[in-house]
Amino acid sequence: MKEFFKKYFELRKYNAKVAWKKAKISKNCYLFLAPYAIFFTMFFVFPVVASIYFSFTYYNILEAPRFIGIQNYISLLLEDDIFLIGIKNTLLIAVITGPLGYIMSFLFAWLINELPRWVRSVAVVVFYAPSIAGNCFVIFSVFFRGDAYGYVNAFLMNLGLIDTPKFWLTDPKYMIWICMLVILWMSLGQGFLSFVAGLQGVDRSQIEAGCMDGIKNRWQELWYITLPSMKPMLMFGAVMSITQAFGVCDVTMQLCGYPSTDYAARTIVTHLFDYGFTRYEMGYACAIATILFLMMILCNKAIQSLLRRVGT
Amino acid sequence: MSKKTQAAVIEKPYHKKLIRRRKPNRSIGGDVALVLFLVLAGLVMVFPIVYAVSNALKPLDELFMFPPRIFARNPTFDNFSDLFVTMGKSWVTFSRYFFNTVFITAAGTAGHLLIASMGAFVLAKYDFPGGRTFFKIVTIAMMFSYYVTGIPNYILINKLGWIDTYWAIIVPAFASPIGFFLMKQFMEGLPTSLIEAAKIDGANEWRVFAGIVMPNVKPAWMTLIIFSVQGLWNNRAATFIYSEERKTLVYALQQIQLGGIARTGQAAAVLVVVMIVPILIFVFSESQILETMASSGLKD
Repeated sequence: MKEFFKKYFELRKYNAKVAWKKAKISKNCYLFLAPYAIFFTMFFVFPVVASIYFSFTYYNILEAPRFIGIQNYISLLLEDDIFLIGIKNTLLIAVITGPLGYIMSFLFAWLINELPRWVRSVAVVVFYAPSIAGNCFVIFSVFFRGDAYGYVNAFLMNLGLIDTPKFWLTDPKYMIWICMLVILWMSLGQGFLSFVAGLQGVDRSQIEAGCMDGIKNRWQELWYITLPSMKPMLMFGAVMSITQAFGVCDVTMQLCGYPSTDYAARTIVTHLFDYGFTRYEMGYACAIATILFLMMILCNKAIQSLLRRVGT
Repeated sequence: MSKKTQAAVIEKPYHKKLIRRRKPNRSIGGDVALVLFLVLAGLVMVFPIVYAVSNALKPLDELFMFPPRIFARNPTFDNFSDLFVTMGKSWVTFSRYFFNTVFITAAGTAGHLLIASMGAFVLAKYDFPGGRTFFKIVTIAMMFSYYVTGIPNYILINKLGWIDTYWAIIVPAFASPIGFFLMKQFMEGLPTSLIEAAKIDGANEWRVFAGIVMPNVKPAWMTLIIFSVQGLWNNRAATFIYSEERKTLVYALQQIQLGGIARTGQAAAVLVVVMIVPILIFVFSESQILETMASSGLKD
């Protein structure tokens, strides 16, 4: 056993020595990377570390942070029922719009790929535009207005499906579903672009070879040839849709109001916004952020291991 | 093999002209159904945007008309001219807001482009201890949206004394992980022999970077610039900047939008102004963006 440890440490020492030597040779590399690395650390690594640190303290910006252990997490998970609503809503939105938006992105990218060149360019713009259209989604509040003059209400009443106007954006029963609809409308983002570009790069000769080998229809071609060669893009798209699915807050805040009726449209990020920028309870808000980080990273791990099985 | 001979090999006498030009594994019925589906979905996707644009072109009386029409009967640009009148009458002039946005966007994008491509270059083309780990961390950081890191960022910027300055928006934009990621992936596609040849000719790292690599990754530049501009253009910076004269154009426009029922027409115009810029930029740079995105895959 002792022998083993000795050998292990010797090996580690040797490895470290090699790495150090390599690092010395590639001094220039570090110089090139340094500016980005510094800013990246400042604005992306530091916040995560700081969030974890502050989540164990009581901090309101004015006084120095005071260490209170895991009190924040205890009150968050056991006492804060609004946060539990937020978690429920976020998970609901993530579980429904995440995969659905992801599949939509791929499906439309795949269908667009069949079109001739210039039609394809137009189609890409049409499908991608909603996700970059700023706050164009507030137009949905006109469609879903709560009185009889709202277009959806008027339409449904004319058809005779409902007899009184529904409060689409203020009734807790409907608002989260309306938000999901809007999020889905905006979900063809950078992942979609990545799919479109990746599909154009799929090797034509592979498809022809597959045809010889007995692939009969487009669905088999999709599963056995297209998807496996798209794997890297699929991973990228997954990361993008996790970002979107867990970061929902603009849509719910602008459509359903902030705070919304009975907190029915509250998400984790809205809750974080509430405690961070309205009540200035930074320690508490950081605990929320930490939980969100954990959820995102776990979700990412799960999806990546799932995607590895595609096409096999 | 030239195209003609290739066609001759595949061609069989019983193939009709229409069928011969088709891809393998496709049925006509399926194609028609899918195109129909695509057209339908496209209409649904585009409808809210078209509606927003036509709303902006409606005169006031048509805006409040019921039942509503999708297209304006007598389209006017009144709403837009009203908007500019309002902007002109505001305490801080329109040109100042415009300057703020342009300055923030230009400075943030330029810094981001330079810094991110320097880092991406060494990560893509050299193997050095810590490089891969760093890149992995960057890919994880792509998931963190603005709000999630917002609070520690606020504390940090506060400590740096950048609250209520342009730097509070410009400097964080330098570090955007998505641009860095795309740049690195695109640079990996560059042949290593190009760099080696330059090295043998006596160029140092900086010369290789500025003279050889950068001119060869222009599509990735465009993509980086566009994503950065999109992010910065829509950045209202409401938490960092509170002096009126440093606020961005989008923020000012959205303040008008909140002006109530009397400003319905102008609000509709604002919606269009805010969304048209990123969309137009995308339309003009689509092919370059797609070229970059082709290398966006995440390998594990």
